[in-house]
Amino acid sequence: MAAVATTEPQNPLTAGLERLPVAPTTLVIFGATGDLARRKLLPALYNLAHDGALPERFHLVGVARRDKEHEHYREECEQSIRQFSRRTPHEDVLKRLLEHVRYVPGTFDDASVYSRLEGVLDRFEEHAGEPLSRAFYLSTAPSFFPVIVEALGKQGLDRHEGAEVRVVIEKPFGASLAEARELNRRVLGVFEEHQVFRIDHYLGKETVQNMMAFRFANGMFEPLWNRNYIDQVQITAAEDIGIGTRAGYYDHAGALRDLIQNHMLQLLCHVAMEPPVSFTADEVRNEKVKVLQSIEEPIPEEIPGMAVRAQYAAGHAGGEDVPGYLEEPGIPPDSTTETFAALRLEVDNWRWAGVPFYLRTGKRLARKVTEIAVTLKPVPHLAFSQDGSLGVLPNQLILTLQPNEGVSLRLGAKIPGSRMVIRPVHMEFLYGTAFLSQSPEAYERLITDAMRGDATLFTRDDEVEAQWRICDPILRTLEHTRGPLSQYEAGSQGPEEATDILLPEQSWRAI
Amino acid sequence: MARDLSSAVQSRPDAVWSAEGTTPDAIEAALRELVKQRHGENGGLAPARALNMIAFVESRYRGEIANRLAGVGRYHASRLVVLSYDPERTRLDARAVVSSDDDPAEGELGLLRERVTVEIGKRHLDDLVTIVDPLVVTDLATLLWSPHGHPEAVDALLELAQTVLVDSLDDPSWREAIGRACELRSRAYVVDLAWLRSTPWRERVAAAFDSQAMRAELEKVETVAVRHHPDSTVAAMLLVGWLASRLGWNVSPLSANGGVLTGTAGVDGQKVAVRLEQAPEQEVRGLESVAIATATGRRLGLRRGTGGLRARSRDAGGHEREWTILGASRGESGILGEGIRQSLLRDPTYGPALEAAEAMTP
Repeated sequence: MAAVATTEPQNPLTAGLERLPVAPTTLVIFGATGDLARRKLLPALYNLAHDGALPERFHLVGVARRDKEHEHYREECEQSIRQFSRRTPHEDVLKRLLEHVRYVPGTFDDASVYSRLEGVLDRFEEHAGEPLSRAFYLSTAPSFFPVIVEALGKQGLDRHEGAEVRVVIEKPFGASLAEARELNRRVLGVFEEHQVFRIDHYLGKETVQNMMAFRFANGMFEPLWNRNYIDQVQITAAEDIGIGTRAGYYDHAGALRDLIQNHMLQLLCHVAMEPPVSFTADEVRNEKVKVLQSIEEPIPEEIPGMAVRAQYAAGHAGGEDVPGYLEEPGIPPDSTTETFAALRLEVDNWRWAGVPFYLRTGKRLARKVTEIAVTLKPVPHLAFSQDGSLGVLPNQLILTLQPNEGVSLRLGAKIPGSRMVIRPVHMEFLYGTAFLSQSPEAYERLITDAMRGDATLFTRDDEVEAQWRICDPILRTLEHTRGPLSQYEAGSQGPEEATDILLPEQSWRAI
Repeated sequence: MARDLSSAVQSRPDAVWSAEGTTPDAIEAALRELVKQRHGENGGLAPARALNMIAFVESRYRGEIANRLAGVGRYHASRLVVLSYDPERTRLDARAVVSSDDDPAEGELGLLRERVTVEIGKRHLDDLVTIVDPLVVTDLATLLWSPHGHPEAVDALLELAQTVLVDSLDDPSWREAIGRACELRSRAYVVDLAWLRSTPWRERVAAAFDSQAMRAELEKVETVAVRHHPDSTVAAMLLVGWLASRLGWNVSPLSANGGVLTGTAGVDGQKVAVRLEQAPEQEVRGLESVAIATATGRRLGLRRGTGGLRARSRDAGGHEREWTILGASRGESGILGEGIRQSLLRDPTYGPALEAAEAMTP
């Protein structure tokens, strides 16, 4: 878990460069023909190549079950890049990138796949005349993660003389605490923690990284950022769409596993964490783990009062009639998978004791928004009459992550006129208006960081287990609760039962 | 006299105002009105507030500059003030345009960009600051660009700007270009397009010496040879200046012999032979190749190629390898866009590289 100490002298030539060098690397994608590889990974690799941000020597190996020639796989890569890249490919760059692509067919439990893979990797290095770092990207069904990792170990591909070996593991990292622990055990039986990069692509989003800048680069918020001034925190990740084509995955996962266990707990950590000593991978992750450890493991008797789950029923979205979850293609008619989940958690430490943190996520809600609303306590005394006004509301700081990244502060202001009447107004800051650059795709950042060995934006073993320690009892209890699952109308604010977990005098912010 | 504002305002996609014989206050009021109008039409439109840019351009080349600025991609300044200079002009005319790329749907954000063109003459030069000051957004970083020279205008407008955009390759005399950049740097932050063109080269040289084994080779560099477009001597000087400043080399004036500059640099017994040579066959401005050799027999060569830089290395045993480093050329529009973006950043290595280049100037 500890960072690898280094006393290596810095490269004096990297000062002032926005893009730091990445060691020559071969990236191996397991599940190379899957949706994630086609839509995200390959376009991200092309865009890195376009920007000159790939290692100066870079090779890509795709591994997947279907039998095909290198050339056929290159054609598929080209197609994916042309279809999903955020920019039109530059023909020369694309051609050069594809020249370095190879394909190894076979099932992931077949030992011969790994010996053939080793042969391909060796040939790249023979040609390069030096050892190349290796990054194994597991973009497969989760059940194959331990199979691939152990097969890599058996083949001796977990270490490489004179170069680094890293393994990147996609989410979900287990479907329960027991599974996460077992997966960690098997992965760390082959690789060391500093070689393992567990993806939570939310952490690669500029918006999430901006939260740390917002909190730790601005002195004005820190004095207020505690139980003395903050009344409650609401974290919402709402989507207006249904499950689309993800029925197979989603019906096994549900909202709690899909978003709350990973992304939303990460957002909570960013709100609640103490300032790290430095922005190194382990310092940041140490602080996040402390937050997770400050949340008590829910006990079954209390769970019905702190957690709600529900399923969307037929309703209206975007002016159209839309089906309920159980009528969606590919969903069993008796499915009890939740499409909405809300939790009330408490971070029991000096800073946050007594402040409820509400987490809420769902599909087919009124609109798409991801935001964190921090509500301050009301002023202790009001000298103004509230007659004829909308009322004096507590200050609220809203950090919007999507669709329009920004910060909004709700203030009370006097309505122009002869009477002292107050109404809430909003002071808005939109990131999009203040920067020239666009945010890079999360996967571009994460792939580069993994190849560079920077784990700041990846989840550590104890972090992922601490997340599961909170969600696992909730899932177990709710999934074993008898009776029908609550329903909410598609396009609505969510189930009425969501208000049951709120503390007195508190209400959900409108989605 | 200024025309009536409300009648001059047009509907989407661009809100436009123009007036002859106007004043800075009237232009500023028109800008405010245009922004208000566009926001009123669509509440999702908000003015960008990242950067002011003042461009001082000769009136006859105004179209060319407009084309260059149109090609900078997403790196538009939020408010662009173009001072279109015709020495004979006596009246102040202006045109303001507030535009957006699209009309955002409900709940989405669209950015408004403001462009003002002010026609000025020689008689306005003494009062440039009072003309431009009301037109830049207060508290926003301001970038100044004068692509056709006019140091008198730059000097006058510097008090409004924190950053000056220059292209040292534009100056007919590379010696004077280096001197001018040094002088400007003492008064503002300088973004030099000649420096930005060398970014991929610097990144790749840094990457080549990034491994532990190769880092030690930096103390054993024996020769640095740079070939460049005949108009791009400054780019070559800056690259060697960068190496010298980052590696702590002492430098002295190079000797000029035709299209070749030679000399030595080094520190603590390390002697580095430097050679900068024109490459007349190169059609585009900038560097053609960089070659670095060390005392252990290693060599690194980089040269322009299709789809990226072509690299060639020779190890201590004499084994040679060649490969392509992927990366698309940004083109001249891309370089200008990058210059605008860089005006909001701070590169601590340009200044020392420039000083070293000045010290190497024959």
